[in-house]
Amino acid sequence: MALENGEKSGSSFVAVRKPNDCTILLLRVVAFLATLAATLVMALNKETKTLVVATIGTTPIKATLTAKFQHTPANVFFVIANAMASLHNLLMIIVQLCGGKFKDKGLRLVMMAILDMMTVALLSSGDGAATFMAHLAKKGNSHARWNKICDKFGKFCDHGGGAIIASYIGLLLLVVITVLSIIKLLKAK
Amino acid sequence: MITSWRIFTFLLRLLALAATLVATIVMVTSHDSTNVLNLTFKAKFSNSPAFKYFVVVEAIACAYNLVIMFLASKGSLWRLVIILDVVVAVLLASSVSSALAIAYVGKKGNTHAGWLPICGQVPKFCKHVTAALVAGFIAAILYFLLVIYTLYTVLHPLFVVSKS
Repeated sequence: MALENGEKSGSSFVAVRKPNDCTILLLRVVAFLATLAATLVMALNKETKTLVVATIGTTPIKATLTAKFQHTPANVFFVIANAMASLHNLLMIIVQLCGGKFKDKGLRLVMMAILDMMTVALLSSGDGAATFMAHLAKKGNSHARWNKICDKFGKFCDHGGGAIIASYIGLLLLVVITVLSIIKLLKAK
Repeated sequence: MITSWRIFTFLLRLLALAATLVATIVMVTSHDSTNVLNLTFKAKFSNSPAFKYFVVVEAIACAYNLVIMFLASKGSLWRLVIILDVVVAVLLASSVSSALAIAYVGKKGNTHAGWLPICGQVPKFCKHVTAALVAGFIAAILYFLLVIYTLYTVLHPLFVVSKS
């Protein structure tokens, strides 16, 4: 823990430099881009494939199967959670850039910390659900006789995986932002 | 000096400890087996990685709660406790959501992927998992109440709270 700027309160733990507004703003912009990318990639995730289902005589019977993201409620929740997280990030960026004229700085900091925490919770639950559904789609579950579907719909799985990774990056940045906001609150007291 | 803040947070932590303990134990003891056409169909919580993740996270939250409840008399660590509370609350939310997603597939199936529901064959397992998920959900809500209450009471500049 760096003892810069001579900021040392009663305990030796919180002897860190006060987080800059610029750092938090930059992190928020990157987190906004990450969650926006995750929302868009998952929402536009669709793959159609024509599979041979059976063969009667010499003519194969083809069936067209589509894999869409809304077939799984976990993916729908993922899209909604990421959309709300990017909306929250956008709102916070606007508030930080244009909110200089509001006088009650203390209430604003507390509201931002609480809202940040709630968004982190929503985002983490959306990520967790989508990750385990993707794992189920990729590996299947032999105990429950659930077959894997990623070998047939490779592009669908790849896009979904990319969206989940982008969402995790956004989640990590949002957790860092939340911790920085709380530290800023602690220093402001 | 014992203030009303400390009493309320201690009560919330106690309830959260009970909820996480119940969730872990109920999920770990959930198993059922049935015979379908001379094949034995066994269902345990360890068959699914989402349920394993749920058990691990609830156990970590339970142990953390136990440690913090008896360590809270030291006044200098309350800032670290707030940040760790946020991390544990986020982990709890993620674990409940993951287990719920897999349990939903187990209960309703997924016709698009060709996944059949399994609750018809192993109803006891399904009931256990449902009870564990409810307990986990209550634990997550209690944790969030704890964090939001701590943030609002301790860090709001208009409130005067003695932190000793």
